[in-house]
Formats: sequence, C-alpha cells, structure tokens
Amino acid sequence: MPTPLKILVPVKRVIDYAVKPRVNKARTAVETSGVKHSMNPFDELSIEAAVRMRESKNPPVDDILALSAGPAKCVDVLRTAMAMGADRSIHVEIPDAGQGQAELEPLGVAKLLAKVVADEGRNLVILGKQSIDDDSSQTGQMLAGLLGWGQATQASKIEIDDSDRVTVTREVDGGVETVRFPLPGIITTDLRLNEPRYASLPNIMKAKKKKLEKKSLSDYGVDERRRLKTVKVEEPPPRKGGGKVEDVDGLIAKLKELGAI
Amino acid sequence: MSSFTKALRPLARAASRPSSLGLRITPESHQCLRTLTTTPNLCQAHALDISSIPPTPITHLSETESLMADSIRKFATETILPKVRAMDEAESMDPALVEQLFEQGLMGIEIPEEYGGAGMNFTAGIVGIEELARVDPSVSVLVDVHNTLVNTAILKYGTEESKRKWLPRLATETVGSFCLSEPASGSDAFALKTKAEKIADGYKISGSKMWITNSVEADFFIVFANLDPSKGYKGITAFVVEKSAKGFSIAKKEKKLGIRASSTCVINFDDVEIPKDQLLGDEGQGYKYAIGLLNEGRIGIAAQMTGLALGAWENAAGYVWNDRKQFNQLVGEFQGMQHQLAQAYTEICAARALVYNASRKKEAGLDFVRDAAMAKLYASQVAGRVSGQAIEWMGGMGFVREGIAEKMFRDSKIGAIYEGTSNIQLTTIAKLLQKEYTK
Ligand SMILES: Cc1cc2nc3c(=O)[nH]c(=O)nc-3n(C[C@H](O)[C@H](O)[C@H](O)COP(=O)(O)OP(=O)(O)OC[C@H]3O[C@@H](n4cnc5c(N)ncnc54)[C@H](O)[C@@H]3O)c2cc1C
Repeated sequence: MPTPLKILVPVKRVIDYAVKPRVNKARTAVETSGVKHSMNPFDELSIEAAVRMRESKNPPVDDILALSAGPAKCVDVLRTAMAMGADRSIHVEIPDAGQGQAELEPLGVAKLLAKVVADEGRNLVILGKQSIDDDSSQTGQMLAGLLGWGQATQASKIEIDDSDRVTVTREVDGGVETVRFPLPGIITTDLRLNEPRYASLPNIMKAKKKKLEKKSLSDYGVDERRRLKTVKVEEPPPRKGGGKVEDVDGLIAKLKELGAI
Repeated sequence: MSSFTKALRPLARAASRPSSLGLRITPESHQCLRTLTTTPNLCQAHALDISSIPPTPITHLSETESLMADSIRKFATETILPKVRAMDEAESMDPALVEQLFEQGLMGIEIPEEYGGAGMNFTAGIVGIEELARVDPSVSVLVDVHNTLVNTAILKYGTEESKRKWLPRLATETVGSFCLSEPASGSDAFALKTKAEKIADGYKISGSKMWITNSVEADFFIVFANLDPSKGYKGITAFVVEKSAKGFSIAKKEKKLGIRASSTCVINFDDVEIPKDQLLGDEGQGYKYAIGLLNEGRIGIAAQMTGLALGAWENAAGYVWNDRKQFNQLVGEFQGMQHQLAQAYTEICAARALVYNASRKKEAGLDFVRDAAMAKLYASQVAGRVSGQAIEWMGGMGFVREGIAEKMFRDSKIGAIYEGTSNIQLTTIAKLLQKEYTK
C-alpha cells in the first residue's frame, strides 16, 4: 500500500514576470512599490504538480498545504494557490520593511520550511527550482540538507510508484537524467514539468472558503538572521546594437574582421 | 493596470457580511432590483443603504474581483490572443475556445454554485467582459450576451424548476442567445411581429428574428413573441426555445465589418411548438423583462467597449514607446504623440469610471438606468475614437491585417449599434433628465 501524500508547496510573491525590474534610487534593491506582483512562475508548476498527483489518485493525496512567507499581500498568491487546488494555506507574515530589506535568505526559508514539515507531518515538499526575483536556486537543496531527505532538482517528469519510490526525470546538458529516491523527499520543478491551469471562476469562489492560517516567524522559533549584506544593486549595461550580415559569407568575413576566427 | 481596476471594497464587504451595519439585502430588495427599471421610485426605500460606508475609489476591486481579473487576463493573453487573427479572418469562433470558456467558469459567472456556476457578483462579470475585450471583443460579446442577457433572464424570471433544468447546462455546456430584434423592428423593438399562440400543451411560435448573436454556437434561445397582438406591446411574452425544436432554422449568417468571429444570424421559427414549461415568467410581461435585461446588459456592452479601447491603446503604446524609432528617437517621445496618448488614456479612464459606477449602483440596488445609458454611449464613442487613433499612432503597421490594431477599430463600431443605438441612449438619458428638471 502506498503512503498517502501530505504535500507542502511553498509559494513566493514576486514581481510579475512580464514587468521589467528597475533598480531603486538608493541602488540597494529592485523597486517593488507600485509594481505588479504575482506568484513565482516555478511555484505555479509546483502547485500544478501537486494537484495533478491528487487527480491521478495514485498514490492518494491527503492534503496539499501552500505556504508563503512575506508581507501581507502574500495572501493574494495563497488565494491563487488555493484556487488552483491547494487545500489550505499558511501565511507567515513578515512585515515589509521596504526595499527588500526584510526578505529572508534561502537558508532562513529552508529552516522555516523544515519546521513546518515537522509540525504538519509532511512527506513531500515540491518547490520551484528558483524564484525569478533573486534566482538563488538554493532553498530546496538546503531544505533537503536540513531534513536529511532525498532530493531531485529541476524535475521535468515525476512518477511515484506503489512502494513509495519517487522517480524524477531531469533535463541536463545533452539529454535527460533519471533519479529515484524513497519518500519522504524534496522535488524542485522546472519549466517543462507541466502547464499550470488558470484559476477558474468557481474555484476562485471555493478558495475563499478554504482555511488560511496566519503565523509569524516567532511562532516557529526560527533563526532567520541574514548572513549576507547587499552592498550594491546595478542594472546591466544597456545592450549595444549589433550589426546585420547578409549571408554566411558576410558572417565569416565579419568574424574574421573581429578576430574571432 | 491592476491598480487601475480595484473596487468598492467596503461595499463588497458589507454586501457579503449582511449582519454588519444592518446592511441586509432582504428578499424585498431583491424583488426591488428586478423592478427597478420600470418603477424606480418604489425601490428607493429598499435600496442597500450605503450612506455609512466610506467612499472608495471607483477603480477599487474586491479581492475576488481582482483575482478573477488576473486569471482571465492570463487566460486571454495566453489562450485567446494567438487565435484572434485567424478567427477574425475565418469569421468563426473556435469551438475549442468556447469549451475553454465553460471550463474557466466564464459562462456561469453569476449563476449560484448550487446550479454549477461561480456564484459571483454582477461587477465580477463586468470585469470579466472587459478583460476579454482587451484581447478579443468577439469572445467578449459571446460571454456578455450569454451571461448578462440569457443567464440573468432565467435567474430573474425562471421558475425554480426551470432554473434547475437550464442553469447547470448554461453554466457548463450550452451557449445561449437572446432573440428580440427582427427584420422590421430594431430600435422600435416592441413592434416585433413574431407570434406566439397557445396550443393544447404549450405554445406555437412563428416568425423570424434577425441579428441574433451566438446563434451558431447556441443551443438555447430566449425568444420574444407576441401572444396577443391586440394588446400591442403588452402581448409580448418571453419563451425558451431549443435549437433542436422542429421548425427552428438558421436562415442566414451575416458577413460583418467587425466582431466577425461572433456569429450573427437570421433565425426562422416555422410553427415551432414548445411545451408549457418553456414559457419564461408570465404571459404579457416580456416587454418588461426585455427592458430590465437590456438596462443591465448595456453595462456589459459598455465594459466590452472600455476593454476594447484599453486593448487598442495598450497595443499602440507598446509599439510607440518600445519599438518604433524615427528621426533617431522612439515615435512615442514626440510631444505631439505623447499628448494624443495622454488624452486618449484620460478618456478611457473617464469611460471606465462611468461603467464601474453604473455597475456598483446596480449592485447597491440604486436606480442605474441613466448611468448605464451614459456608460454605454460614452464608452462606445471612446472606443471608436481611441482605436482609430491607435492605428494612426502605429502608422502603416496599424493599417495592416496583422496584430490587433485595425481589428479593434472595426470591432469598435458595433458599440454604437447593438443593445440600443447611440441615439436611443441619448433619448433615454434626455428623457430621464427632462423628468428630473421639469418644474
Ligand atoms: C452584430 C449585431 C449583433 C446583434 N445581436 C443582437 C442580439 O443578439 N439580439 C437581438 O435581439 N438583437 C441584436 N442585434 C440588433 C441590434 O440590437 C439592433 O441592430 C439595434 O437595436 C438597432 O436596430 P436596427 O439595426 O434595426 O437600426 P434602426 O432601428 O433601423 O436604426 C437606424 C438608425 O435610425 C436611428 N433611430 C431609430 N429610431 C430612432 C429614434 N427614435 N430617434 C433617433 N434616432 C433613431 C438609429 O439610431 C440608427 O442610427 C444585433 C445587431 C448587430 C449588428
């Protein structure tokens, strides 16, 4: 008999992927005020993966818990997660100190998640492989380390068999790699894993009735102190316009001219 | 844009928490909403008391409404946008897309959950219609007519039995049409000639309807016919007719200037027999139902037009401020261009304020007839103006049948025609004003 899954899906509220990020005047962080935010796209993949596990019924899914740590507005992404199919959610409120100063580092998040995993009896955590704001790509790995669980990063396919073995396909340079670990474990999701659904109108209404618990960091007693100090944030230099060549011969001539070949 | 569309939150909150502030919407006040359009004065006493609610910006949306706007915007740009040009050229709606509209819950916005709908409020529907029109006004009108005219007709005037029978289908699989206009009765809608006759176990309908939106996709038709022409418009009665009924036929599909993916047809009723329970509401009340439905529906068309204007403006703004350079600078940086863009955006915001104000007034149980007429009149004018200018801002690239610029311009024209022409809106507004200002 397969073990019923109790899934945790952490979701982060980030600047919408379609918005061009701009550095603030003080050059300490990216400007966030008055900018459209939405759920980190990789986290949408994670929610979708969890909901599809529930729909396939094999193994059975007991509960999908979404969690977001951040300012009050994170409630929006939790509502979206629940409208997509998460059963309930926890909002760990971190007062917004402005300009990203209050933001947790990956290690802080991982410690918090480790605590939630224990408190909530989770046996599977599905995270995005990275968040599109600071692209750290560390939280899932650190969480696996803290818990001592198996992990499969950048999943493009997930299968769980009757003996609680999780098989994950990951896209690597030049092909695919298949890894397997026994539950409990950590998965991080990559772009080709699935196509996340849109929250349908009836599900948006149902999400209003789902449970959203408010917590604070002190409830979990996690040491979230930052270990890194942001020294400076700068925009990449503007792209210089390139030239166009007519044909292959033109390309070769140009490369020679530039001393590239 | 999301900051632009935020709602009257205290009002929404008060409405969802009936016990607080004593703002209970009683069954009487629901009744009142229904008759509001014909007997506005009777209703004032029962209207939702909003006097103690602090005013908020009209652009403020409830949490649910903004979540819905986000979800539909995403759906529209990712799923509908790639099909817009092809559907317009083919003059047909992709059936797979219609299926997706049902899956998203867009075809049962106000239908209560117990009947398989989303159970949302009226303004949520307006938000949805506007978001769809930003990408494709044809898809928007399909959703608009289905929700504001067809679903609402059953919700307001249907018996409990007919609600149980039709609403789950309308929410999940069956497209609806609203059949009022005829070859010889357009603005003068109640001069309609289609006849209904009582037969042993139901009614027999004969005549023809013209300009019927959704008729290709629909299986469900609300038909207005005169049961007793000797009583004039007071004989007009509403019926439900299914496409499968014997004697029902689509005579002609119109080829149009704009909203070409939305089907518009002539329908013939050749002694179509329907059972008794397909009478909608009461005999002889059809004209009242039509007036009431169109008063509300007009806010939907107004939202279609503001969505269209916004979509056309954003499309052009994206081009002039990012892509096109002349004289070594972005064309959107010339002051002559900037002022036009600013003027157009201001007009869009003004139109949207009228639309959302009409919508919130309807939700609050206030008289909104003049507001709805003003919103529809002005929104269609702004849509026509802005979508026309947007083509000019894009130069030749706006004039070609690529992208959405020229299509938005063609699509905008319908706003001044259906659900009451601009002249008819002006007449409504003027009549109400004259009543108010006659000493
Ligand atoms: C694409 C499309 C979709 C439609 N969908 C539907 C639908 O789903 N269901 C439905 O029932 N109908 C539908 N209609 C019909 C639409 O509502 C009518 O076209 C509209 O009411 C105008 O009627 P008409 O076309 O007969 O114009 P007319 O009434 O002939 O008007 C012609 C002109 O005369 C003016 N005019 C008329 N009367 C007056 C007056 N009293 N004072 C001043 N000016 C006046 C009008 O403003 C207009 O400029 C649709 C029409 C179109 C084009």
